[in-house]
Amino acid sequence: MTIRSLRSTAATTSRTAVAAFAAMLFGSFILYGVGFAQPQQIHDAAHDARHSFAFPCH
Amino acid sequence: MDLIRRLFSAALVAGVLSGTAVSVVQQVTTVPLILEAEKYEVTVPVAPPPAAAAPTSPPAPAATGHEHHGHAAPERSLGEGVPTTAEEALNRVMTTVAANLLTGVAYGLLIAGVMLLIGERVDARRGLLWGAAGFFAFALAPAYGLPPELPGMAGAQLEARQLWWIATAVCSAGGLLALAFARPPALLAAGVVAIVLPHLVGAPHPEAPAGAVPPELAAHFVSASLGGAALFWAILGSATGFMLNRIVGGDDFDDDFE
Repeated sequence: MTIRSLRSTAATTSRTAVAAFAAMLFGSFILYGVGFAQPQQIHDAAHDARHSFAFPCH
Repeated sequence: MDLIRRLFSAALVAGVLSGTAVSVVQQVTTVPLILEAEKYEVTVPVAPPPAAAAPTSPPAPAATGHEHHGHAAPERSLGEGVPTTAEEALNRVMTTVAANLLTGVAYGLLIAGVMLLIGERVDARRGLLWGAAGFFAFALAPAYGLPPELPGMAGAQLEARQLWWIATAVCSAGGLLALAFARPPALLAAGVVAIVLPHLVGAPHPEAPAGAVPPELAAHFVSASLGGAALFWAILGSATGFMLNRIVGGDDFDDDFE
């Protein structure tokens, strides 16, 4: 590993972690809404997709 | 912020591509089976004696724990779930497509975030491997304990199944990541344990399976669901890998030294 890549690794570690966790957090949030949330309207809208993706639906 | 934007646009592109593809496949594979199964999802006998038409009549055993519309319509007639007007049918297709696109973007964000954390180079080919791992963790492993269900099939309590599903997906994904990227033997062993453990614990199942859906439909649905998921994950993984090719793995920093 070069000195420059070491330095840039150190400088970008926190930036990388923040971006990665932001993406994963937001992704989990959407996934929960589409696949698991139980309010009737969300359930009905996502119904066929939930069954097709094999999320527990009922 | 730039990195976040690139991650999100990668997930958006990959999610829309995979969600669109799986939507097309679903409409000719799983959705017709769901509509067919809903014909068996009735709460009272099809031709009830006059007294049974009262709204207070108890639901048939096959329908317990399986209410689509709460208690508002206890005397559903055969096939009521099937859309009757073109507008209803279109609406149902559109919401399903929207849910598929959102699912694609959501999984895209998860896989892009993990790709970035791991920090190994990715491209379309390696992304395909990531997609295969996603298929294993989020489709095959959960389905091994909780087979994809049609409406009208008997299942254990919903919350218990959701919990097992999520735990299995997380354990399987973590286990696969350990097997793929960890070096210490202890971590590799932990990866195997994480993958196997949910199945040793066992998925929650109903005490007595008493679904009303014909087994032929249910069996067909399982393979259709897993096949669609395989296509979805193949596209999602390779598209995410392609989109993150220049971003993950340090290309931007190391290029001028190679």
